[in-house]
Amino acid sequence: MDKVSAWYGEKLAIQEIVLDFEEHAVTGIIGPSGCGKSTLIRCLNRMHETIPKARVEGQVLLDGQDIYGLPAVSVRRRIGMVFQKPNPFPTMSIYENVAAGLRLNGERDRKKLDQAVLDSLKQAALWEEVKDSLDKSGASLSGGQQQRLCIARALAVRPEVLLMDEPCSALDPIATAKIEDLIFDLKKDYTLVIVTHNMQQAARVAETTAFMYLGKVVEVNNTRELFERPRESLTESYITGRFG
Amino acid sequence: MHALRILRGGTRARLSATPGDLVFEGLSTLVALSVVGLLVVITVILYLVAQESIRVNGLRFLTDTIWDSVSQRFGAAPFIYGMLVTSGIALLLGVPVSLGIAIFLSELAPPWLRIPLTFIVELLAAVPSVVYGLWGIFVLGPAMRIYIEPGVQSVLGFLPLFQGRPIGSDVFTAGVILAIMIIPTISAVSREALLAVPDSQREAALSLGATRWETTRLAVLRYARAGIFGASILGLGRAVGETMAVTMTIGNRAAFFGSLFEPGQTIASQIAGRWLDASTPLELGALVELGLILMLVSLIINAFARLLVGRFLRVGEGAE
Repeated sequence: MDKVSAWYGEKLAIQEIVLDFEEHAVTGIIGPSGCGKSTLIRCLNRMHETIPKARVEGQVLLDGQDIYGLPAVSVRRRIGMVFQKPNPFPTMSIYENVAAGLRLNGERDRKKLDQAVLDSLKQAALWEEVKDSLDKSGASLSGGQQQRLCIARALAVRPEVLLMDEPCSALDPIATAKIEDLIFDLKKDYTLVIVTHNMQQAARVAETTAFMYLGKVVEVNNTRELFERPRESLTESYITGRFG
Repeated sequence: MHALRILRGGTRARLSATPGDLVFEGLSTLVALSVVGLLVVITVILYLVAQESIRVNGLRFLTDTIWDSVSQRFGAAPFIYGMLVTSGIALLLGVPVSLGIAIFLSELAPPWLRIPLTFIVELLAAVPSVVYGLWGIFVLGPAMRIYIEPGVQSVLGFLPLFQGRPIGSDVFTAGVILAIMIIPTISAVSREALLAVPDSQREAALSLGATRWETTRLAVLRYARAGIFGASILGLGRAVGETMAVTMTIGNRAAFFGSLFEPGQTIASQIAGRWLDASTPLELGALVELGLILMLVSLIINAFARLLVGRFLRVGEGAE
């Protein structure tokens, strides 16, 4: 992304961000609350602009094309997103939840839907737990399962990039561990960007980590470098727990 | 607030034991309870007056289609039928319009339009029903007779429901008036239901690449369907009991399974139209029995609707 700035009304949330996201790798974004990391990730699939009075400037290039020059709807089909709180559709079954995105694309072929649901649930490491209860409500699952259901729902449309906005912040440690394993597996097929306030999580799953503070990227580096030999004193004080 | 509540729960009597407080507490409790008493008293008295008719007519009252003061034979079927049909038309026409209004107000309208429009829709509910009735007689009735009913007839005239010469003062017109009258109720409650849908649901649909309409359909309407259903039932509750506007537009003739373009009668309009002429205890009893039926139906519908809407709004807030 190149010189991306985003506003909420008059309030500038992120300022002239320049960041590269490596293909088939995980990029972590860390920083204290309110530093703009969620805003940043929401600019990557044009979700930021769905908030009234919000606006974005700059370019976000996906395979060399500026996504702000494409229809927002098609951008979001190529760049999926998982949110902080699991948000399955409670009135739909597990199957329908996963199939929802494909149905939006006009897929009617039952066989193709079945296959996509199977693949996505397997990829999201949920298949074994739900294979006998596909017609149960998505809301009947535990929090961790719901989040993996949301991941499966996002994967079902075969996006190129998967954005995760603090995907584990509402989950317990065991569910968190499962999602982290999953992230590790997913990077074979997808480019992932994960926002987290949990530095250990970034250290565990991300190849590259960016540290944000007050709407700017302070430092980007190979994750290990960033945590072991931070170049900026601000980064160092954050990762050593002196603020944030 | 909580500290206060704990005090009141535990030691209320001793803490507020001054004479003035005791009097005030007693009085307000009495007034509150008197509402319950009133409902009971009304029901009992209605039952006593209707007793004669209930004894003579029995269950046949519900199925008999004749209401004849000369032979003292009274049946409620045409009025029950009229009530069901007019309410049915009202829902059929009113629910889609109300949903459209609710969707516009909660999902689409720019903020500067949202507040005044919400206010105006709710104002519609404040128009006295006799005014709707007048408008029905002088504006809607003629419009129905000259334009709308012939128009409907030219398309659907092959159905028995739409046959006969349109007169404008008929079941269809009453149904349309009712539709207009229940729109404020249904759209206001539906709007609340839509607003109770958490934004995370909308974001879930948007992030899958849904358009605005797809988001509304996939995430919002589905999520809020129990609330919307409850809102519609609440509108139905208003439609079945509405008296003045219906009496003024329906044509006032007992009819059963006729064309919608013929006059009819609902329970409410029959009571309103007949009570002055009820000459015998039996006919009066039969009218009051109609009233009892109407009250029972309204109570059930309203209780059901409130339960649905209340539960939905609570769950909606709890989920976010």
